[in-house]
Amino acid sequence: MNRFQTYVQQQTNATPLAVFRIGFGLLMCYSIIRFWLKGWIETVYLEPTFHFSYYGFEWIQPLGNYTYLLFFICGLSAFCVALGLKYRLSIILFFLSFTYIELLEKTTYLNHYYFISILSFLLIFLPANATFSVDNLWRKRSYTQIPKWTIDSIKLLLGIVYFYAGLAKINSDWLLNAMPLKIWLPSKYDLPIIGETLMQQNWFHYAMSWSGMLYDLLIPFLLLYKRTRWFAFALVVFFHVFTRVLFPIGMFPYVMIVSSLIFFEADFHKKIIAFLRRMLQAVIKVKTNAIQVFPEYHVRFKSIVIPIVIAFFTIQLLLPFRYLLHPGELFWTEEGYRFSWRVMLMEKMGNTTFKIADGETGNFFYVKNSDFLTPLQEKQMSFQPDFILEYAHYLGDHFTNQGHKNVQVFVESYVALNGRLSQLYIDKTVDLYQQKESFQHKNWILPMRD
Amino acid sequence: MIKKIFSGVLLVIFIAACSSSDDNVTPETPGETSFDRAGMLRNIADNIVIPAYQGLTTSLSTLATAKDTFVATPNQANLDALRSAWLTAYKSWQHVEAFNIGKAEEILYSFQMNIYPVSTTDVENNIATGTYDLTHPNNNDAVGFPALDYMLYGLGATDTDILEKYTTNAESSKYKTYLTDLVSQMQMLTQEVLSDWTTTYRDTFIASTANTATSATNKFINDFIFYYEKGLRATKIGIPAGNFSATPLPEKVEAFYNQEVSKELALEALTAVQNLFNGTQYNGSASGESFKTYLTFLDRTELATLINTQFNTARGKIQDLNANFFTQINTDNTKMTQAYDALQAAVVLLKVDMLQAFNVSVDYVDADGD
Repeated sequence: MNRFQTYVQQQTNATPLAVFRIGFGLLMCYSIIRFWLKGWIETVYLEPTFHFSYYGFEWIQPLGNYTYLLFFICGLSAFCVALGLKYRLSIILFFLSFTYIELLEKTTYLNHYYFISILSFLLIFLPANATFSVDNLWRKRSYTQIPKWTIDSIKLLLGIVYFYAGLAKINSDWLLNAMPLKIWLPSKYDLPIIGETLMQQNWFHYAMSWSGMLYDLLIPFLLLYKRTRWFAFALVVFFHVFTRVLFPIGMFPYVMIVSSLIFFEADFHKKIIAFLRRMLQAVIKVKTNAIQVFPEYHVRFKSIVIPIVIAFFTIQLLLPFRYLLHPGELFWTEEGYRFSWRVMLMEKMGNTTFKIADGETGNFFYVKNSDFLTPLQEKQMSFQPDFILEYAHYLGDHFTNQGHKNVQVFVESYVALNGRLSQLYIDKTVDLYQQKESFQHKNWILPMRD
Repeated sequence: MIKKIFSGVLLVIFIAACSSSDDNVTPETPGETSFDRAGMLRNIADNIVIPAYQGLTTSLSTLATAKDTFVATPNQANLDALRSAWLTAYKSWQHVEAFNIGKAEEILYSFQMNIYPVSTTDVENNIATGTYDLTHPNNNDAVGFPALDYMLYGLGATDTDILEKYTTNAESSKYKTYLTDLVSQMQMLTQEVLSDWTTTYRDTFIASTANTATSATNKFINDFIFYYEKGLRATKIGIPAGNFSATPLPEKVEAFYNQEVSKELALEALTAVQNLFNGTQYNGSASGESFKTYLTFLDRTELATLINTQFNTARGKIQDLNANFFTQINTDNTKMTQAYDALQAAVVLLKVDMLQAFNVSVDYVDADGD
């Protein structure tokens, strides 16, 4: 306990966290603008007549045209985070608006959106505006040092993301069959130079699988140790740029590259701050002499903040292992798949059609999915049991309201995973309208035959 | 020490990954080069698509000649000849219906050739007023083969009644004009699509092999599957059998007024689909690069075989049906839905397994991945 007390007392230079705040805020602001400009607010949040919700968050409701306002608040608060303007309020607003957006529609779940949600939650408790922030100007105070644990917590979170992603790659499909890279890489045949050559080579698929696994497992440690740090950072840049070239992964590579700068020492960040200061001074004259510089920042409400952070990390460390509580093949059932840093592990597709039957007469008809779902929703629904169940209930309610009697909802679903032949996914004889969502195992998922 | 070894290993991987791109410009084993997609597109264009359009053009001009003879002398013999030319052309049409790409897509070709059921109200209105724009979307269900089906088989209960419309009927000249306009329109549209293929689009098509949402390769694959699922499985079999409605809708069969060829047309369409999959040339038996050889290249011969087996199973199920699906649905609809199920099983193989193996970028999903 003593060692813990001493650790919590330790102070370190505040600049790395300030640089992190600026990078994070700007990238998030840009992400929101990018999302808006691509027209995805319409296609993802406004066009669908029905949204897939997360279990327990069904009360998160679409906001119609106010969705634009929500995105505006999200982008603006991200920009204020970058400025360090009303930092605490801004990061809380960002966390809430961003998370609300993500919870609105399960179809667009991405690990990196989840990462941004939990990272912004963590940032609420960190003094990222201690130095080089607008808050310093109007409060007339800044801090040279902040508690060391605040920076370490971000390193820990990044470490968890990478390491758990690496652990998830230790499976037979990834290592022994080079799947799904063996499917994905050859289809990149139109890349210059490497497309028709390297991407087609069997050994290259294995090399990429194995080095990807090693990269994820080792990179947190290589970044932690000073002697390997620059090499590790070069790897980070190479790895993320390379995956960006290969796959449509949006902002994630840049977020990770910028985030990993936090591992560098204060001197490095001081240079960045000094550079930014010079750039700023060239544009606007800011009077900083009124600011009183305090040597150390002390976290307020420490007795609440520290337990929250510890609880946060305990959950982060345990949550990815919850799949162990479910029987069956994780990739097949996807029970406990999300929120666990399982990235790019599966090439999974399905074809899922719903049959609406009258329980008394046995008469039935099939549903045209495109009448209710957007193409993206249909694609995601087709191979994920919780989507299938939620949609089955939506259809059941819809046709009951239309006046159909004794509505039963059956599904014919075929799914193919990582190059295996498609096989029947859901028990055809189970009326899904009578099944309830829960954290229990869904016994109507048929086992995978390998 | 451990750290050094790890970083050493990573360094080697890193260097290998960076530098080997230069070393391997010539692949080590020929078996691992990329599939010849341009070759596949060339075979599809030169041996399937263009000959199929040429075949349709020929049978449409035979149809036009028969129509001219009939209009000049509307008697039973000429009506029979015209009907037979119509059926031949309708069967040719089944070989191009899937190609909703290039000019065909641009001018909404298939919407003006085979939207059924035909709206007899629209047809009769057009005939009565004598003023119409056949290209107008509102007339999509009043033109093409289904409109001819009505004009040749549906105008009356008996052939005598039908012939009356073209002879002694007060409006007979209007009927003849509409008949003529329908055929000319179909000829003109087909010619437009064919010329585009033979002059410019063929080369564009073959050159467009990239794995992007808009490349010809990906669009063609997606269109092919879309046609099989919607145009063939749903429209020809599923919808009339009532698979998507509370009760069967037998009046929605293809060639409803003819009463005896819906099966023949469906079988022709399935043959066209299977030939395209296998790269078999139009009106021939030789075959070239195709989806099948692409799957074989990807080591998925078993999938290619499964797809062909499933096509054959579906063909067997359709052959078991009455020549007129309308009759089949009204007497024993179970057989009809069994045929649908057999066709649906191939949808899964094409849409899930084959698309996964090809890993084509799909045009309808625009979003970030993980």
